[in-house]
Amino acid sequence: MKMTLRCLSVVLLPLVTTSALAADAVRNPRLDDQTQLPKAPVRPAGQTYFQPPAEADIPHNAFGDLVRRGQDLFMNTRALAPQYVGNDMNCVNCHIDRGRKANSGPMWAAYPMYPAYRKKNNKVNTFVERMQGCFQFSMNGKPPAADSEVMTALTAYAYWMSTGIHLGKAQPGRGFNEPPPPKGGYDIARGKAVYDKQCALCHGDDGTGKKVGATSVFPPLWGKDSYNWGAGMHRINTAAGFIQHNMPLGRGRTLSDQEAWDVAAYVNSHERPQDPRLVNGDIDETRKRYHADDGVNLYGVVVDGRKLGQGVQ
Amino acid sequence: MSLSPTRSLALCLSASLLTLPLQAGAADGEAIIQQGGSNPAAMPCMSCHGTDGKGMAAGGFPRLAGLPEAYIAKQLADFKAGRRENPLMQPIAQALGDAEVAAVARAYAAKPKVNVKVGPVERPKEGSGAWLALRGAWDRNIPECTLCHGPSGVGVGDAFPPLAGQSAEYIEAQLRAWRGTPAQPAGKKARAVAAVAPTRSNDPNGLMRHIAADLSEAEIKAVAAYFAGLGESTEPFDESQHRLR
Repeated sequence: MKMTLRCLSVVLLPLVTTSALAADAVRNPRLDDQTQLPKAPVRPAGQTYFQPPAEADIPHNAFGDLVRRGQDLFMNTRALAPQYVGNDMNCVNCHIDRGRKANSGPMWAAYPMYPAYRKKNNKVNTFVERMQGCFQFSMNGKPPAADSEVMTALTAYAYWMSTGIHLGKAQPGRGFNEPPPPKGGYDIARGKAVYDKQCALCHGDDGTGKKVGATSVFPPLWGKDSYNWGAGMHRINTAAGFIQHNMPLGRGRTLSDQEAWDVAAYVNSHERPQDPRLVNGDIDETRKRYHADDGVNLYGVVVDGRKLGQGVQ
Repeated sequence: MSLSPTRSLALCLSASLLTLPLQAGAADGEAIIQQGGSNPAAMPCMSCHGTDGKGMAAGGFPRLAGLPEAYIAKQLADFKAGRRENPLMQPIAQALGDAEVAAVARAYAAKPKVNVKVGPVERPKEGSGAWLALRGAWDRNIPECTLCHGPSGVGVGDAFPPLAGQSAEYIEAQLRAWRGTPAQPAGKKARAVAAVAPTRSNDPNGLMRHIAADLSEAEIKAVAAYFAGLGESTEPFDESQHRLR
């Protein structure tokens, strides 16, 4: 009897897993998630990062028009593509200098790395699928179709920015070049002190950012109008990299590794919209499937007596 | 003696103000703007900042109308404390009591904000003032001005004042105040010029001074001209509409 049960579970477990994955696949046919990138190569001493072409070099023809449209969408995503954006974020909020700045997830370092094969799930994802992931998670919205005008324009913009780059070769400056985890770990309370001093001026004491009329100027860092629990930025390590290189705006590289980790932990210890991949309505199951093995994050973790990952609407 | 209706109204108003019992902490901001503070050294604001509070370009006097209350109060406190140096403004700020500072800040904040016409996405030319305003110079870690001062430079929150509605003279002067002037060695025909220390150090979190320090004189002129050139629109703007960057 025992034997039979064991046999059954051996047979059944993969079935359950497969059907759950299949359900996922039905919902998001080939959507790429925002799991971690391998560490980018270090920039050799004395070398500059890749220099994308100048805006003035965008040709004046139909292709150039599409590239310019892509850049407009990149900077004004919420305003120009509201049907796909569910919060107050724009591409340019995380990809500083219109996606050109090294260590700020530059487009020129991302575009040449797709289609990408992932051994973990034996899947191949395209650049468009990766961008659809941005809409789903970072913008908490609905991904535009692969052949939509919005996706075509954004792809053209990234393609143009990568002019002259080595295809398929990871570039220094890719991603957010995370600082190593501090030896003594991170501390949320210390992070709050950093936040109050350095970040609250623009992002507000309550993390809701600042707007001018309908237009978001300083993006919300948590709460209903920020990135959701599935976004790459919800990882403390990823946010630490972004923050250390780019924040406070114009004064990047002024926070220590420790400060960057602490403040990233403080920001990411707040509630935000639910992970759209929520499994069976259960935070623990979702943590097990998508978060337990995804860098350092607080989804499903109890902080101050409250389990994070409840989501806000 | 014949008085125009407005003149007599103003006289009546000021007379009635004088007879009002002065409550502790209460000050009339509009009266200070028009007639000065209780200390005669606190001259009427409007004599330099204009009857409408929109400033006077020629003298480099800034617009105050519609600026955030907290921003104006902070600037006056900073003038008093010497974090913002200005030979004209410092004695005036020092002559204003705390209640007067609060009242004048409130009165100016209540006046109309600058209104900039909302246009389509701009495509600036590299090296222009518009480029700095809309694109920045990230190779020097200089964010585009509009990233913090808002689309069209209309200002954001209490800490980032509007640049739209200010004159080129004023914006240039402020950038130089943050930057100071580097010393110039003597040339063949020119004498050496001593360095001028920065006269403004009241930027929150030091966000402005490093930007100004990295701007060339030509860039300062160009970016100031860009914002001054935005002008002021009389077309009403629906705030539920987005401003594009």
